[in-house]
Amino acid sequence: MSEYVFLYRGGENGHSSPERAQQTMQKWMTWLTDLAQKGHIKDQGQPLEPTGKLVRGSKKTVTDGPFAEAKDVIGGYTLIQARDLDQAVELSKGCPIFETEGAVEVRPVMKLNM
Amino acid sequence: MEPSDHLFRRESGRMVSALTRIFGVHNLALAEDVVQDAFCRALEVWRLRGMPENPAAWLMATAKNRALDVLRRERTARTFAPELSRYLQSEWTLAPAVEELFTESAIQDDLLRMMFSCCHPRLSEEAQVALILQILCGFGVDEIAAAFVSGHAAIERRITRAKKVLAASKKLFDVTAGKAFVARLPTVQRALYLLFNEGYHGASPETSVRADLCHEAIRLAKLLLQHPLGRTPATSALAALMCFDAARLTTRVDASGNLSSLFDQDRSQWDPQLIAEGERFLDLSATGPQLTAYHVEAAIAWVHATADTPEKTNWEQIVSLYDMLLKIRPSPVVALNRAIAIGQQEGPARGREEIYALSDRDRLAKYLFYFAALGEFELRSGRYARAQDEFRRALELARNAMEHRFLEGRITACERAAALTSVSAVADK
Repeated sequence: MSEYVFLYRGGENGHSSPERAQQTMQKWMTWLTDLAQKGHIKDQGQPLEPTGKLVRGSKKTVTDGPFAEAKDVIGGYTLIQARDLDQAVELSKGCPIFETEGAVEVRPVMKLNM
Repeated sequence: MEPSDHLFRRESGRMVSALTRIFGVHNLALAEDVVQDAFCRALEVWRLRGMPENPAAWLMATAKNRALDVLRRERTARTFAPELSRYLQSEWTLAPAVEELFTESAIQDDLLRMMFSCCHPRLSEEAQVALILQILCGFGVDEIAAAFVSGHAAIERRITRAKKVLAASKKLFDVTAGKAFVARLPTVQRALYLLFNEGYHGASPETSVRADLCHEAIRLAKLLLQHPLGRTPATSALAALMCFDAARLTTRVDASGNLSSLFDQDRSQWDPQLIAEGERFLDLSATGPQLTAYHVEAAIAWVHATADTPEKTNWEQIVSLYDMLLKIRPSPVVALNRAIAIGQQEGPARGREEIYALSDRDRLAKYLFYFAALGEFELRSGRYARAQDEFRRALELARNAMEHRFLEGRITACERAAALTSVSAVADK
């Protein structure tokens, strides 16, 4: 088993009805519960604030976030366990974020002992 | 943890009402933005971390904190609710005032304020109902369009116009002003009645959509009953009517998704709790000198709800109740229902006669149930060809697939009955 990070980009549809928002949330919980039951969740992760600061360069210039287009902002992450990258990608396909035009970035956690 | 049914919808109405009270009705759009924000936040956090222990309180606290931010940031740029301005200006009073405005009893009052404000006399009844659905019940435009079988754009226009009227009214309706409350109460009752009927008799093919409307109407009627001035015999009668009808709601569509008439419904499935609740409201309504249309309609619904079988229904009582209703609120539909009840009591020939004798029969030319009722009486009189004609006319007026299937089923029943008669006629020879 290897570890992968799911980075959730965009997909917060600000103009859905309350009912739709509740359904979306329920789908997320169903999806993650299912992954957890199958032993794929290493860490359920954390949601991230959409704003923050960016510190950059030798002068350590501080600028305000967000650092990307709203649709690309990372809203949270989950640490996943999967056999290989293919399986991790397969698992990500169940994510409800795709219904609201978001994306999941699947990144293998680098192994230290090569 | 699973969120309870329609948690977001319900909390949406509560949050918008509370925030509009604080921001002022002219800032309704701002209140809606803050609520939208709260939902976005809930979605971002809950989707990964799961629901908090008390999701409703979490949402309300989020809305409250956002409200405080907005009040602090914009108090020089915007005017908020004028009657609260002296509390909101100073940092000393701001936080305690907002805390007070988010208590449960304050929110209950805010919901009523909003309910009465949505029933602004300058708005059409359709606009009032649409506004109640969106603001108080948290329905999205698409969901309202589905309920009214209307286009998204048309409903959006209707709501935008209605909100302009509401925002221009300067102040939310004052629910402590007795005279004004009493004067607007009938409009509010009427809007809730229409909301319920849209669910009960409406054209939407989605059973779930319609049940939602009925339950929202009951919820709001109960809210109205909690206010000392809203707790009138007419409001109780309205609530009773809704409960009796809602008790039959699930049996109006059978297991295979087909429409089931009052005569074919599985009465053992009628909800005894709702019937009992309706009876309690009916008792409460039986005070004072005023007999409203709601009283009579509730009584009719009660007779149906408590009859073991269609045959055991006290049709005589129903006919006399319809007589009463015709005096209070005459309409071609009420007259038709009276004629149908007579047909039930005295036989199909009499029913047909009564329908043909209706004075404003032409006003029912677009009413599906008029032709369906005639078809039913013709069928029971053994006049199958005529019955088929009537059902075909009804079929042309069908508003959704369910009505379509139901009427096609009746036409088949006519054909079958006709075939059986000719077979037995041959056998007789």
